[in-house]
This record gives sequence, C-alpha cells and structure tokens, in this order.
Amino acid sequence: MKNLRARLAPTWAKASIPVYSIVLAFAVAAVIVVISSVFTDSGFSPLLPLAAYGSLFAGAFGSGTGIANTLVSAAPLMFGGLAVGLGLKAGLFNIGVAGQFLVGAFAAAVTGASLATAPTIVGMPLAMLAGAAAGAAYGFIPGYLKARTGAHEVVTTIMLNNAAVLLLTWAVNDLVRAPGFSFPRTGEIGQSALPILLGRNLHLGIVFAVVAIFVIRWILDRTILGFEIRTVGANPSAARYAGMRPIFITALTMTISGLLAGVAGAIQMLGVIGFYAPGITASVGFDSIAVALLGRSDPIGILFAALLFGAFRAGAPLMQIETSVPIEVIDIIQALVILFLAADLIVRRVFRVRAPKVEITEMATVTGSWGAGTPPAGSTG
Amino acid sequence: MSGKTAVLEMHGITKRFAGGTLANDSIDLDLGDREIHALLGENGAGKSTLMNILYGLVTPDEGEIRIDGEPVAIQGPSDAIARGIGMVHQHFMLVPVLTVAENVVLGQEITRGGQVLDMRAAEGRIHELAERLGFTVDPRARVDQLSLGQQQRVEILKAIYRGARILVLDEPTAVLTPQETREIFGVLRRLREEGTSIIFISHKLDEVLEIADRITVIRRGKVVGTRTPAETNENELAELMVGRAVSLRVDRGESHPGDVVLEVIGLRVEDDRRHEVCQGVDLTVRAGEIVGIAGVGGNGQDELVECIVGLRKPLAGTVRLAGRDITRLSVEERRDLGIAYVPADRQRFGLVLPYLLPDNFVLTRYGEVPYAAGLGGFIRQVRPIRSEAGRLAKEFDVRSSSLDVAASTLSGGNQQKVVVAREFRHDLKLLVIDQPTRGLDVGSIEFIHKQVIERRDAGVGVLLVSAELDEVLDLSDRILVMYRGRIVGSFAAADAQREKVGLLMATGEARP
Repeated sequence: MKNLRARLAPTWAKASIPVYSIVLAFAVAAVIVVISSVFTDSGFSPLLPLAAYGSLFAGAFGSGTGIANTLVSAAPLMFGGLAVGLGLKAGLFNIGVAGQFLVGAFAAAVTGASLATAPTIVGMPLAMLAGAAAGAAYGFIPGYLKARTGAHEVVTTIMLNNAAVLLLTWAVNDLVRAPGFSFPRTGEIGQSALPILLGRNLHLGIVFAVVAIFVIRWILDRTILGFEIRTVGANPSAARYAGMRPIFITALTMTISGLLAGVAGAIQMLGVIGFYAPGITASVGFDSIAVALLGRSDPIGILFAALLFGAFRAGAPLMQIETSVPIEVIDIIQALVILFLAADLIVRRVFRVRAPKVEITEMATVTGSWGAGTPPAGSTG
Repeated sequence: MSGKTAVLEMHGITKRFAGGTLANDSIDLDLGDREIHALLGENGAGKSTLMNILYGLVTPDEGEIRIDGEPVAIQGPSDAIARGIGMVHQHFMLVPVLTVAENVVLGQEITRGGQVLDMRAAEGRIHELAERLGFTVDPRARVDQLSLGQQQRVEILKAIYRGARILVLDEPTAVLTPQETREIFGVLRRLREEGTSIIFISHKLDEVLEIADRITVIRRGKVVGTRTPAETNENELAELMVGRAVSLRVDRGESHPGDVVLEVIGLRVEDDRRHEVCQGVDLTVRAGEIVGIAGVGGNGQDELVECIVGLRKPLAGTVRLAGRDITRLSVEERRDLGIAYVPADRQRFGLVLPYLLPDNFVLTRYGEVPYAAGLGGFIRQVRPIRSEAGRLAKEFDVRSSSLDVAASTLSGGNQQKVVVAREFRHDLKLLVIDQPTRGLDVGSIEFIHKQVIERRDAGVGVLLVSAELDEVLDLSDRILVMYRGRIVGSFAAADAQREKVGLLMATGEARP
C-alpha cells in the first residue's frame, strides 16, 4: 500500500491541480445553476445541480450509446489536444488548430468524395492522408514564418484560422460544390467513411486517436526528436548550445502539430460529419486548447482530458432533457476549469496544495505568448 | 564584541527546509555598532538563508533576533526596512528603464500635494547623499546605462535613503573589477564612519581580510569560528570554510606548448544589439597551453568565444582549428572536431534546469552512440545515459541525493560541476571555458582548476575567459587583455603583474 502510494506520488503531483480544478469548476457551476434556478418556472431548487450532474453522467456513461457518444466526441479532441500539447512542449502556442482542423476536414471530404466508390481500404486511408497532409501544410506556414522571420505564431495562426474559414467557403461554393444539393457542400464520401466498429457510430478513428496518444508519448519521451522538441521548449539557448537547430525544430513542430489537427478534422469528417459545408463547427479547435492545458501537455493527461470533454458533449443533451438545465452550463464548467488552471493559486488555497517546485511551462508559454514576445529561438544563427 | 555595543543580535537561529536539510543550525551572530562584519562560507553553507531570515523573506523555526537589545519579529521585508535593515542583493533589484532617482525613491516617492511626483527634490537629496558617501552619481541617468559598479552604488543609496542603519551586502564584489572593488570598499568605510553597521557576505578571502572588522565563518549551517583579520590568515579561513586544508595557489608545472590548435584572425563580431564588440581580434592557442583573456565583463569576450564555438556568426575574419577553417561550421560540427565549451552562463546555456541530471550530463552528446541508437540513431538509450551520468557524477563529485533530481535543485557549484564534467572530455583539441568558477566556493574552484591543468597537461589547448583577474593570472600560461573589442596587451605568465594587467583592463592603456 505504501509502495503504491510512493509510486503514484509523482503522477498525483502533476495531476492534482487539474483534478482539483475540475472539482472546483463543478462546485462553482453548481452555485450558478442554483442561483439561476430562481428565475425558472420550477423556482429555487438547491438540489438541481446534483440532478443535472447525475443526468450528465448518465448521458455520458450510463448506456452503451452514451459511452460510444463520449468516445466519438473525445477522438478529435485527443488529436487536437495532442496538436496543442506538442506545440506547448516546444514552447509554441498553436491557436491555429481550428483552421488546421477545417483544412484537414475539407481535404478529407474532397478526397473521400472523389473515391466514394473505391473500396474502403483504398479510399479511407487516402482521405485520412489528405487530411493529415493538408493540416501539416497549414501548420507549416506559421512554423516557417516563425522560424524565418520571427512572426509570432499566436498572431499568424489566428489570422490563418479566419483565412481557412473564408478560403474553404469559397472553395466549396466555387470549386468542389456537389451537384444536386440545395446548399453548397461536398459530395457523399460513400465507401471512404471510417468503418463503424460497434453500435451505430463507434468508428475506427477512436482507435487511431488512442494509438496517436501513445505514439506521441513515445516520440516525446524516447526519441531524439522528442528530446530536441522538449529542449527547445524548455531552454532554446541551451538547445542551440547543445548543437540543436531551434529554427528547424520550431518549423517541424508546428508542421507535426498541424498534421495532428488535420487528422482530427479528417476523422471527424470521415467518422461523423460526412461532408464539408460552410459553417461546420470548428469548436474542436478551441476545446483542444482546453484539453491540452487540462492534460498538462502530457499525452496521457490529454487522453483523460479529452475523455472528460467528450463526456460533457455526450452527456449534456440528456441533462437538458431531464433537468432543463441548458447545455451551455457545460461551456461554463469548461471555462471555469481553464480559469482555475490558469489561476492555480486559488486552487492551492482551497485545497491546501503546496506550491510546486517546477513551474507549469504550458501556462508560461500561453501567457508569454500574449506579451511582447520573445525573439525566435536562435534567430541569430 | 570588540568593545562596541551590538546593534543586531541573532541567537540560536535554526531553519530546517522541507526534506530535512538544516540550512541554519542554531546560529549566533552579533553585529557591533559601526562594524563591518563579514560572513564567510561556501555556497550552500547557509549565509543567504540567515540573511533572508534577517530580511523577513524566510521564517526561522527557532531563534531570536534583537535590534538594539529589543527582541523583534520580522515578518517581511517591509518590517525589516522599518527596523532600519537594508539589503543589497547579489542580483540587483533595479528597474533598468527608470532613472537613478526614480529607482531610489521607488515606493517612497516625494510628492507635492499628495499626487504629483517631486523628482527635483528627490534628485537633490540623492545628490547630497551620494556626496556624503564619497561618490558622484547622476540622479537623472537611466540605470541600464550605468556600469555594474555604478548600479551597485545605486542599490546602496536606495538602502541608505530608506533609513538603513544595518546594511547587508550579498556578494557585492562578485561582478566588479578590481578597481571598482576598491572604490566600493571606500564607500563602505565611509558608511561605517557615518554610523552604518554592515554585514558583508562573501567567499573571497582576501577581500574579507581587507575590509572586515570581524569575520564569522559558516560551514554547513553552523558557525565554525569568528576571527578578526589581525589574528587570522587566508589559509586558516579557507580551512574553516571547507573543513580541510585547501591549496589556494594553483599548483601547476611548466607548460609544454605544441602545435597551434586555435587560430583566430581579424575577427569582427556584432553583439545582439548590432554593436561591433570585437573589432579585429587575432589570437592563437597552442596544444598544451592555457591562454587567458582578462577583461572587464562586456568588452567583447563573450561574443568572441561564441564565435569560436559556433554560436555566433562573425562579420569578418577566420577561425581555424588545427589548421582547418571552421568559420562556417555549425556548433555540432565543431564539437565533433574536438571543441568543448563551458559557457559563462550555466543556467542559460549550460543546463536545462527542469531536466533531471542524466539528460543534463549528456546534453551536448545526446545524439551520439551509445546514447542514441536504433532507427538510425533515433531512439534514446536510457541505460547508457544513466550509467554515463552516474560515472561523471562520481568522478566530478557532484553532490545530490540521487540522479533523478532536476538540475535546478543543485547548488551553483554542483551545477557547474555537471557542465564541467560533461565538457572536460579526454579526446579534445580545444577547451573553451568562460567564467568557469563564477560564484563558486574555494573547494569547487580548487577542483575545477585542477581539472583544467590536467587537460592542459594532456595536450589540450585551453582558452580561458574570466572576469576574475586572479583566476586568469593563476591559471594562464599566456595572458591577453581585452578592452573594447580589441586585444590591448599580451603577457607571458611570468611578466604579468597584477597591477599592470588590472590597469590595462580598466583603461586600455598601460599607464594612467
């Protein structure tokens, strides 16, 4: 028992603040639900949060369908969370997951539609590859700009998010609009869809996502590339001194990050949405940032964070149906989680957690990104 | 108490840190009126903890502090300031973009009508105060345009301006030239005459003997002795500090220079702000000799060294290693050819502080066999990395509870040993060491100097840069003086007199 505790101690040291943040977010959101209940038909009901959270849990995990929905919602968040988390490891804040996600989804939709009648074993992988390649290319742009000119990735990726939405709207309208529909959209993907493993919607993309978690973890922990990425993120000067090329690593990391975001778009497209139309939701892009922060950029942490956020999405409808607590409460909880992660002093006060020895580098990167900005790593070399 | 009344007494101060280390073990210290009391000890001996307790930054577990005989509770720096305690930290706490006057009055501004700053009044008072202490400073100068020595005087002014009667100086001479050190000693003596009592933290024996009225030596959290300069000497103090006899003079035999390993010709280099800080530097280093570059910090030495190791591209000029032009090669390629480099700033360049020790021990060799193998050298090999780390930690006596601690948890001396252990390989042609012992204690300095001599005798060419003139004089077979981006003097070790070299460092000219 003691042995087990000793072995879990380092994990708990990393996970305690995220876990406490979640608990605190639920508690504060409960207060909001109680207060707002006063203004509803049912009137003041202090136990409403318990009922709502119970329905939320039941909706997410209470049935086979619920679990499947949770996993389906979590899969793109795993890829997106990895995209953001990998960037943070290298000291980069990729806010462009939304744009890279859309570009990946679009490329997968177009490729999938053109191979709609080909066998799945041909069409699906090619459509996935197209999504990955498009995301990678779209991630490479800010990576290259940062490496070559020092243009800050936060600024360029925000602009590229808008550029993606508008470019793709144009492309769907004027380039690849499928005939026979009343609104602009791409064609049916037919055989290129991700195979359903179980039930109605549990598709193969979930397996890809879990595999990706462990592949990225292996790359970061065990390979030269991962060591270079982490070193550039932790101390670019020391990385240069050690003979690494921070410029190259920066561009490469943004490209891989974009690739992961592109795959997130591709599996969402090939597993859930089925066609690209202007206005498809890119909320995965921003939820991914939350997932990465909650997971502390650690792939295993991202796995759990994505599952949690997936459960929110899957369980919220039942909560609304059964208790009339609106789905938007989920957004409040998510926002509070991030708030408490950023203001971890509050969490430490409430739960009496001692200050960490190592600072949270993710938050340093995120907050630092919005300041005057550091010069690009090794721009003089 | 040398016949004077004590303004400050610290009794039985004990501080235990998490993990059980006793940083202070019932320390007694008293400071007489108008006394300069030196606190001497190795890095990590507990000097800074004791002073942080006095300044209210750390709460002691046990013990009592009395000021003028009255027991006081100091909860934070504001309490300390209110009780007349001033502190000058090793790393200055000034706002670079503000003027001298703005920095001094910061937090205690003089105002008209409660809201409007009256800088003119402040400037007048600062001018007057500086004059009384025997130096001049322009209250309107921006702090980032001052030399380190001038910045330190601003720190002292700040403390005195706030009414400090007890002034604590943490390693005040670490960043100063010999001339600046002499000047600051003048200021301290003047302060003493004016009625200030001073605690002077240092690990430099000669300085302590020169300036202090009394010297208290701390080792591993305990007071191991108190002496007056008259009754002691450097050897005894060093022994008290380290706990064993230490050889203060570097013991080095004749050098036997061989072929030229490093040749720098007409090197011109810009710093990050695009100022040309090396204006045509020529130098050579032979195998088996130590060439030392003496110079006040910021005269282009760092940029010169960065050019030699490949971290910076020169505007013009050539760098040759054993006859081969390496001017355009990368850091990695140069390292493969046999250049090792101990950077001046170990925390910024030499280490990745959050990494555990094994990764730091192989930081510059992470891609080499056997530390990386498989898939074309793509996979890191944990076992060889760990065993190499274990070997180096043992050979270089890096003290830590285990290998699995972050480099940030090590003391400065142990951090430097990690860098030195990694870089001092046996198969080197050229060893470039920039400030190899900055901030280290005598025991670590002795060890690192021995290692440098050993590499020299094994036929490695050594280029040493140090702001510590004594270090350059002690170690080098040849001494070059760098001033404003040029080599302005060259001495054989035998002809290098301290005064001559010091003057050249400070003025760039051989006579004043």
